[in-house]
Amino acid sequence: MTINERQEEVIEEFEMFEDWMDKYEYLISLGKELPLIKEANKTESNIIKGCQSRVWLAAELDHSKIQFTADSDAIITKGIISLMIRVLTDSTPKEIMETELYFIDKVGLKEHLSPTRSNGLVSMVKQMKMYAIAYSSKV
Amino acid sequence: MKKFSVEDIRKDFPILSREVNGKSLVYLDNGATSQKPQVVIDAITGYYTNENANIHRGVHTLSQLATTAYEEGRKKIQTWINAEHSEEVIFTKGTTDGINLISNAWGRSNLKKGDEVLITEMEHHSNIVPWQMICDEKEAILKVIPINDSGELLMDEYKKLLSSKTKMVALVHISNALGTINPVKEIIELAHNVGAKVLVDGAQQVAHAAPNMRDLDVDFYVFGLHKMFGPTGVGILYGKKKLLEAIPPYQGGGDMIKTVTFEKTTYNELPHKLEAGTPNISAGIATATAVDYISSLNWDEIHVHEQELLDYATAELKKIEGLKIIGEATNKASVISFVVEGIHAYDIGVIVDKMGVAVRTGHHCTQPLMNRFGIQGTVRASFAFYNTKEEVDLLIVALNRAIKMLA
Repeated sequence: MTINERQEEVIEEFEMFEDWMDKYEYLISLGKELPLIKEANKTESNIIKGCQSRVWLAAELDHSKIQFTADSDAIITKGIISLMIRVLTDSTPKEIMETELYFIDKVGLKEHLSPTRSNGLVSMVKQMKMYAIAYSSKV
Repeated sequence: MKKFSVEDIRKDFPILSREVNGKSLVYLDNGATSQKPQVVIDAITGYYTNENANIHRGVHTLSQLATTAYEEGRKKIQTWINAEHSEEVIFTKGTTDGINLISNAWGRSNLKKGDEVLITEMEHHSNIVPWQMICDEKEAILKVIPINDSGELLMDEYKKLLSSKTKMVALVHISNALGTINPVKEIIELAHNVGAKVLVDGAQQVAHAAPNMRDLDVDFYVFGLHKMFGPTGVGILYGKKKLLEAIPPYQGGGDMIKTVTFEKTTYNELPHKLEAGTPNISAGIATATAVDYISSLNWDEIHVHEQELLDYATAELKKIEGLKIIGEATNKASVISFVVEGIHAYDIGVIVDKMGVAVRTGHHCTQPLMNRFGIQGTVRASFAFYNTKEEVDLLIVALNRAIKMLA
């Protein structure tokens, strides 16, 4: 599945929700799932500090594809992270570099990616692209 | 004086009747900024519609009209804070700007190696960082007055820290994160006994009562208009005349000079010496309106109302299981910070916002204070005189819903 196919899949899923409650309950349930990152990777160097919440992000190259893992101390942030990872992980650096993440906007979660939120998510997206650039020289 | 009625007061603030996310707005983020009454909004539009001209230098009619209206703001503030002279009232961009002006202009000419500056553990970053910067530059030492678990200053520790080396005590009047009202008058007197000067950050104070300069005998007092129902982008630095006269200009430019040649510039008198460049004229003019507006209110009754809101909200919040209030000073303004066990403040803020309730979450620019309590941040509800008990109820309903979803 391509990144854009995965974005479409998420958008379709969110179309089922009737109100904000359903949507946030889904995000919270995603957030409550097991930590998405290995405890060993929850290090100071992998932390993306936001004013509001903290995000940890790690990336590994496996058979020319990047595998992302991440975590956050805030559960809603974590739910959104889980969606972003689902969309971007297991893709080649080139795919990630060329992708425009439009699903966040389409599913009505754009406010969480506003730079003024400083919840670490904007920096996380930037960091994911940086990993892709760094790994692109290795594939 | 008109009897205080919260229903009537709310009609003065157009934004309070709007909806957010399909729900009536419950605005409990007054510690960040207050809402504006229609008269203040009209004053800003009125200036741009009828009087727009640059001030202080023009001979034409519009410039004179604008200058008079702007200087009226200064005079109104002078009366409101009970300052002796109008030139003791300096227009700034806001609280932070006022602190930076003093730490730079006063600090650079008064601090030397080994001198000590005292701040408190509950300071906003804006009253920490400027002092760190000037202390680094002058090799002066920054010391911190600690607090107890209720969020009150340890006065005995303060007395121990005071010495002939102390040159400045810079502290907050009301803590933005805890609501603690500090005993500033006593603190100022003790500082003066060792020959130190005192700067008070009155950012939160001005929403709850007029600070009295001559009664406090404070050396420098700073605040912004936007937290006292006035416009953003304008603040006040009060300073005792002889101290302000002695400090060198902070920024160079127009308005602050008397004569300029390439060899030498002579500086203007106070207050203009410290007000370089074209200021925020519309905000200065609306300052007069904001002061008129708050001066027309019955503050004895407002204090009773705010205390009722604080007591009621505190009691209702304490009924929520796992909720802990951070900051339980005996002398406290209508600001309540709290944490809920096992739930991140950000998550609470996001969910209650969906129900129309605006609160602040995070470290409130007081990271050392959060470290003191061993927490990352809090949820903060801060009340103004236009808030109601019904809004406290809506906060509690929203919180219970959020906790149910997030737990």
